[in-house]
Amino acid sequence: MTRDLLRFATAGSVDDGKSTLVGRLLYDTKSVLADQIEAVQRASVDKGLATPDLSLLVDGLRAEREQGITIDVAYRYFGTPKREFVLADTPGHVQYTRNTVTGASTAELAVLLVDARNGIVEQTRRHAAVLALLRVPRVVLAINKIDLVDYDEGVLAAIAKEFAGLARSLGFADDAVVTIPVSALVGDNVVERSERTPWYTGPTLLEHLESVPVTGPEVGAPFRMAVQYVIRPRREELHDYRGYAGQIAAGTVAPGDEVVVLPGGTRTTVSAVETADGPLPSATAGRSVTVLLEDDIDICRGEVLAAADAAPRVTDELEATLCWLAEKPLRPGARLLLKHGTRTTPVIVGAVGERLSFDAEVPTWTDAPEQLGINDIAHASLRTADPLPVDDYADVRATGSFLLIDPPTGNTLAAGLVGTPLVVTP
Amino acid sequence: MDASVSAPTLDALDSLESEAIHIFREVAGEFDRPVILFSGGKDSTLLVHLAAKAFAPAPVPFALLHVDTGHNYPEVIDFRDRLVERLGLRLEVAHVQDWIDDGRLTERPDGTRNPLQTVPLLDSIVEHKFDAVFGGGRRDEERARAKERIMSLRDAFGRWDPRKQRPELWNLYNGRHAPGEHVRVFPISNWTELDVWRYIQRESIELPSIYFAHEREVFRRDGMWLAEGPWGGPRGDEALEKRSVRYRTVGDGSCTGAIESTATTLDEVIAEVTASRLTERGATRADDRLSEAAMEDRKREGYF
Repeated sequence: MTRDLLRFATAGSVDDGKSTLVGRLLYDTKSVLADQIEAVQRASVDKGLATPDLSLLVDGLRAEREQGITIDVAYRYFGTPKREFVLADTPGHVQYTRNTVTGASTAELAVLLVDARNGIVEQTRRHAAVLALLRVPRVVLAINKIDLVDYDEGVLAAIAKEFAGLARSLGFADDAVVTIPVSALVGDNVVERSERTPWYTGPTLLEHLESVPVTGPEVGAPFRMAVQYVIRPRREELHDYRGYAGQIAAGTVAPGDEVVVLPGGTRTTVSAVETADGPLPSATAGRSVTVLLEDDIDICRGEVLAAADAAPRVTDELEATLCWLAEKPLRPGARLLLKHGTRTTPVIVGAVGERLSFDAEVPTWTDAPEQLGINDIAHASLRTADPLPVDDYADVRATGSFLLIDPPTGNTLAAGLVGTPLVVTP
Repeated sequence: MDASVSAPTLDALDSLESEAIHIFREVAGEFDRPVILFSGGKDSTLLVHLAAKAFAPAPVPFALLHVDTGHNYPEVIDFRDRLVERLGLRLEVAHVQDWIDDGRLTERPDGTRNPLQTVPLLDSIVEHKFDAVFGGGRRDEERARAKERIMSLRDAFGRWDPRKQRPELWNLYNGRHAPGEHVRVFPISNWTELDVWRYIQRESIELPSIYFAHEREVFRRDGMWLAEGPWGGPRGDEALEKRSVRYRTVGDGSCTGAIESTATTLDEVIAEVTASRLTERGATRADDRLSEAAMEDRKREGYF
């Protein structure tokens, strides 16, 4: 039996018990090995604890322990007979936008954690808005510490109802959101079904993670592939070989398909889809391939192959949503670099538009700020030096996303999304 | 598009392979002088295999760099040379011994040379002007690696600053660096030890023979089975005895222990790894057991 791979992210605010939940998932799926458990037991005894503190399994760097904070996204790995999991564990406080955006950008599902005693808090609304903005296809609301509210069905139903309202206003479909009551500390409904929640008939967290579809929306979208590298063997028997290497960003490609090369606009036909293991009858989003074309066209890194009958638009003017991730503020008029697919081009950020505000019960887009600071999410107009083939992020994530880069330091300043993927309906 | 052609979905290994190939091609497209760090171990052998697949039918457009502690297993050096020959690769070797001979490095009292690899590595990066250095590090190995980026910037001193890491978004890697800086690249970041073994089996990748059970004269030190060698054999009360062992990692002979094993085939190794109750580094690498933050400290100093 082949096992597939689910990439998912966890998000939650401080003290929601996220480290314990992640530790519980690793521990109960037997993904933790003897020497790691012994290390945790030693550390727990040193701290004077009676039972092993599972959160120590995901304890961070010494640099973080010294400051008592979690700085950065950590990646965890576990597997069951059904599936393998890559978990992006995103810390909730310092630089929460940066961390949540990073974790969500590669996730097919996000587990959002709340404390049953506190219910939905401001941090929950921020995280949910980022997950909606990044178009994470599925969300699990894990209501943790249900042992501390005496497994009270009424308390949990009220939180679930409030979150359903929030999710709907952020644009999540009803079937994209699942609520699961858990206690990471004692293990209720994480891997093992709890006898203390007889009123809960849904799946445990792990059962849900094992059964959700892993194919993202990219698979059903029209074909897109950025050319990464041109493969030219320059050997006698392969003298005329020109292969365009890339990872299919969206859709499916097969020999005979008509494609357009962008931004130039030349049309041609796919003659072969190759891998080192031989030609494929077709290949779909996520697979790295080498595409051969019927016509001898001069194509280089940075160009995009796309379905000829459903091509992205080519433009040097972008209306976009920016997640500002750097300490250095963004002032309108800034000259930066923009990386889209395999092309990096100079960009001027024009006007900054509305900013996402979390002052009200439901996140709202409010008046344009003078500049953007760290953690801000706002609309902006950009002008690029080279024309780019783009889709709205809401339609195709891969051709709708970009980075903004600081030219002198090379640092990544912002995550950019083409269009306005988050529309809030109060 | 022809909707009747069914597109096979990717299983976990396909997905990890495609991700690694994408990373190799990004580096080939954006850097001038990339190099693959190669120890002859299973992870770096896997890197070379994936690089070959990424650019087929053209040759791999990178050199290999082996930082050689001199404390080797002859089987591994033999394997290395055959692999380089078969794939037509260019191999650079930085001999730690040369740095000791000319005084740039001093032998440690315990004879271990793993920590001594950092200086020859950094010197070689400068000498050859390498700007991207591929390593076989995996995030599941150790917790300092769990937060490592796939593309990780190092300053002119080779140092890693976990507080200054760039956010890594979607699969848009930002490898921009100033002259003198370089980027470490980890294409198999998201693989687990079991993924590596399953993929080696699926692809029939050849490995050095020391990964499979064999009879060897070993002695017990700090709970590990070490082999006799130029790094110093058994001391006073340590007795040599013949055991059936295999290695789970290839490292400096002075601090890389063997495990008792009868697994002589890939199937048996995978069964053993699946049932194993110790992580590969915890079981057999003395250098990682020195302190709780051992790997974090070495990474910050420029280790790979």
